[in-house]
Amino acid sequence: MVFVDSYPQTSKLVRSQFIVSFVALGIGALFGIIQALHRTGVFRGLISSADYYTILTGHGVLLALVFTTFFIAGLFSWAVTNTLERELPQRVAWGAFWLMLVGTVLATVAILGGVMGAPSILGQDLSADVLFTFYAPMQAHPMFYVGAALLIVGSWFAGLAYFKSLWAWRSENPDERIPLQTFMVLTTMLMWYISTIGVAVEVVALLIPWSLGLISQVDPLLTRTLFWYFGHPVVYFWLMPAYLVWYTILPKLAGGRLFSDPLARVVFVLFLLLSTPVGFHHQYVDPGIPEGFKAIAMTNTMFLLLPSLLTAFTVVASVEHGARQRGATGYVSWLRELPWDKPAFTGCMLAGLMFAAGGFSGMINAGMNINYLVHNTLWVPGHFHLTVGTAFALTAMAISYWLVPQLTGKKLRRRSVAVAQPYVWFIGMALMSNAMHRAGLAGIPRRTAEPTYDEFAFQGIAGSVGEMRLQIAIGGTLLFVGAAMFLLVMAETWLAHRGGTLSVNGHIPEPLSGADHSPRVLDNYKLWTAIALVLIVIAYGPPLASMVADGITAPGSPPIPV
Amino acid sequence: MQVHNFEKIWLGAALLLIVGFIATIAYGTVGAGVQMVDDSGGEIDSQAVQNGDTGTTFDDPGVVRQNDSHYVVYVVAQQFQFSPGTGDNPIRVPADTRVTFRVTSADVIHGFSIVETNVNTMVIPGQVSEVTARFDESGTYGLVCHEYCGAAHHEMGGSIEVVPKSEYEHNSTEVQN
Repeated sequence: MVFVDSYPQTSKLVRSQFIVSFVALGIGALFGIIQALHRTGVFRGLISSADYYTILTGHGVLLALVFTTFFIAGLFSWAVTNTLERELPQRVAWGAFWLMLVGTVLATVAILGGVMGAPSILGQDLSADVLFTFYAPMQAHPMFYVGAALLIVGSWFAGLAYFKSLWAWRSENPDERIPLQTFMVLTTMLMWYISTIGVAVEVVALLIPWSLGLISQVDPLLTRTLFWYFGHPVVYFWLMPAYLVWYTILPKLAGGRLFSDPLARVVFVLFLLLSTPVGFHHQYVDPGIPEGFKAIAMTNTMFLLLPSLLTAFTVVASVEHGARQRGATGYVSWLRELPWDKPAFTGCMLAGLMFAAGGFSGMINAGMNINYLVHNTLWVPGHFHLTVGTAFALTAMAISYWLVPQLTGKKLRRRSVAVAQPYVWFIGMALMSNAMHRAGLAGIPRRTAEPTYDEFAFQGIAGSVGEMRLQIAIGGTLLFVGAAMFLLVMAETWLAHRGGTLSVNGHIPEPLSGADHSPRVLDNYKLWTAIALVLIVIAYGPPLASMVADGITAPGSPPIPV
Repeated sequence: MQVHNFEKIWLGAALLLIVGFIATIAYGTVGAGVQMVDDSGGEIDSQAVQNGDTGTTFDDPGVVRQNDSHYVVYVVAQQFQFSPGTGDNPIRVPADTRVTFRVTSADVIHGFSIVETNVNTMVIPGQVSEVTARFDESGTYGLVCHEYCGAAHHEMGGSIEVVPKSEYEHNSTEVQN
């Protein structure tokens, strides 16, 4: 049975989540190409340099928060339903969807309001040119913060729907192991609950009252620290769904099965433990934070490499097993036997390959002292366009080619476009990202409309500044084309009539080493959550205590609207 | 729990890599003496910085000579300039001498980065960032605000003029006059 026929209610929910996600992707991608052409000086006719920051805020929020969160909510809804074999509790799940959607609309209107010349609301001009990180004391319209808060709170309720489904399943299956996909979803959501506390406190307790004039000042270092308490785990909130796909679906697409269920569970537990007590690695060059706390975060960050290195092994081993099941031989030539003509497979593999490159540049960022050379340079967006911008985004697009037919009962249309699309994304990203990394080494900053200065000129690294700009412009254009190709395939598939039988199904083969080899303690969520909280108290307790010791809002700054 | 032999080897190698990374950073701190930006700069009232009544050198920022081998540079960052640093007001320091930058903000968060060097710090209202450097080569270095600080953020740059030590003594006396 096709998923849409087995679970029509949850299918409708997932389709709704995906539609919001894909609309955000389309707008975000359009903003992306506008920036790529503006920043590099190739074409500056569309926007002024002051409006560049509005477009940049929209790009960051719509892609890193809206596209991701809605897609993840949809993927998780599918995975929990598929493996627990029951519809999600609809009231909670739909309530979550509407909360998230209202939040998204409020934040988007606040961001775009300035450019559109919207009227002032609540006595303040509608504007939110504060970028994805909204560092105080730069102040956005209150509507932006309220929207962001609703999006986060909505995601909490989405998680509640998964847990309610688990509890219902558990009462009927008291002795069974939690199915792997559901285990991955719930572990990710626990990590999300722990980490979003930081941004929720920042926004609800400090920034909303401050933007409404109820409190006169906030401490910029404290709000920034609360943001980064959330700001690194959010990276794993993007990545763990990609891992879910690579662990459970990719081996099947390769013609095989997952290498080891126990190690997959170990990896997810490690992420739950280590994702949060690392946020200070985004603040290595912040004043006001003693070196020792930075060193603790650095150590945790380095150990956070472990689950990703283990994943590299397991995924490659599982795919190789798949190739050998298809009759492949040899140390390297098995790669030829893989289904490179399946867009879902190709997209996931290319995403994984780029993630390896992104992982290595991330190790540089994590190096506390070498980070001096690259902090806030173009190196950093070069890095995260490989991680969230490819490991997550390309995996999401690729798995949609496999999932959307099952959610609609309709065959994938424009197959040839879908087959080419991951390659277009890969080439575009290779051009853009390598140039961004090198530009960062040359000291060229990120987040700027015109990276040229009156007082001096940048010198290129392994190439000229002009050549790097050209690669960024061409790469950015190809990425926009890649996003458009994906949306074309999705739109045609969605609008087509149902007919014929699908060539895909949601059955997940048993791992080579199955759940019965996993120690039961791995499924003990209370234990792991408790250890995660202890690690957070160690990493964050003393520095937060010293920041609030002189008063929560001191040393304070009044709001500065932009 | 059953773990494949290849996977055990991989796990061991991964742990070795991680411990190796941590060791290089520990060596950088203890052996090579790379210091992190930390809380040594202290706190300051950003409103007072804005009004120029902090009662510190930030009210009249610039280069202060401690002794022949150590200079301290006070810099105020504000939308959209460094004082000193931006336009025809470059920061002038001697080569081959210890230079400590003390930087703070009068309004929003800024960045303070000297291009192609290790001098790179956030500038956060309420805090003073302290970075010590030694410029081996004289010449003009680029100065960049690398954190988005408002609509004209892209115009917030500047320069550091590093002059040979012998020439500097002469000029700095002139400046003090």
